[in-house]
Amino acid sequence: MADEALFLLLHNEMVTGVYKSADQGEVENGRCITKLENMGFRVGQGLIERFTKDTARFKDELDIMKFICKDFWTTVFKKQIDNLRTNHQGIYVLQDNKFRLLTQMSAGKQYLDHAPKDCYSHESWGFTVFPTLLFFCLSCTSVRRILSEYHIEYLAFTCGLIRGGLSNLGIKSIVTAEVSAMPACKFQVMIQKM
Amino acid sequence: MLRYVRVKEDRKASNLVGKRKETDHPILHWSSTMSRPGNRRPEYHKINRDLFVLTYGALVAQLCKDYEKDEDVNNYLDKMGYGIGIRLVEDFLARSYVKKCHSYSEIADLIAQVAFKMYLGITPSVTRNESSRNEFSLILDKNPLVEFVEELPAGRSSLCYCNLLCGVIRGALEMIHLTADVKFLQDRLKGDKVTEIRITFLKKLEDKKYRRKK
Repeated sequence: MADEALFLLLHNEMVTGVYKSADQGEVENGRCITKLENMGFRVGQGLIERFTKDTARFKDELDIMKFICKDFWTTVFKKQIDNLRTNHQGIYVLQDNKFRLLTQMSAGKQYLDHAPKDCYSHESWGFTVFPTLLFFCLSCTSVRRILSEYHIEYLAFTCGLIRGGLSNLGIKSIVTAEVSAMPACKFQVMIQKM
Repeated sequence: MLRYVRVKEDRKASNLVGKRKETDHPILHWSSTMSRPGNRRPEYHKINRDLFVLTYGALVAQLCKDYEKDEDVNNYLDKMGYGIGIRLVEDFLARSYVKKCHSYSEIADLIAQVAFKMYLGITPSVTRNESSRNEFSLILDKNPLVEFVEELPAGRSSLCYCNLLCGVIRGALEMIHLTADVKFLQDRLKGDKVTEIRITFLKKLEDKKYRRKK
């Protein structure tokens, strides 16, 4: 039985390790986030397979999202998602008010020297809208960090986890995350219609 | 403009299976998943372990992509394990209420029977080296980290897949002022019969400043 502490520590080490071994260019263009997110994707795929072995078939997309929010989140993070919102057109916002991977971190504003790192999961054909926005964000806020982008790198793995889980349940998506106030965070899932 | 609609849980409808009488036990109304037979609990722990094992696997896969040489990957895993070990030992000591150890063999037993059991769910056996009092081996019959690994990838024959464990043990021991050299002697993934971790205790770290003459 791998304890929660072990996974938490491994996750933190992974994030610091990826950033330590990357050079400045990689940090700026978000390749570190991509690496973490891809790792999360692989894990999410494997995990959802083992998890849904015995569960009943899902009725629809909303059912799958509810499963992610309740059972999946409970098993991985020992609590449910606190708030699920949707516009019934393929966008879901999962809000966790006390995200397990952020509770161990301070909520202070003293560490404002990190470059902003928006977290995007990459789907090759769903990426058309965001490049200009991303470039704009990165260029004008390279000195100070926007409040909503604190600790995005610690959410990258989980974004990948959600995207991988949904992928193996037959849903193609883009998952982004933002931190509103530590340790609360929001994951936005955009379903890509085939 | 997107308007988000809060997904309201219709508790009464979704959690009732058929018609329930008021005399039913209140806990059964909790959720439809909980009304399944009690094999949910062990699965919960197993999934947790799967999460760790899969994450570790993804990490090693990513490292193999980033580094060409096996030694680099091994060193990286060891360093990462060190970083984990120095923090994990506090968690371990807080949870396990162990008494003070008086010998290296007690420490080795503690690592094998308490620490490994607590974090990985396995109990490796400890063998002592007859010639040296400082060398101990942990023999792992079952290694949960390699549950999903069939064999090492081609061209990675000297990769120590579980080198993280060596770093964790080394880091943890260093936080309690014991230097040790921890490495894999045998590895099932490389074709050996068992997985063996060798712990060699080196000279104890002493802080000379605080040594008093009695």
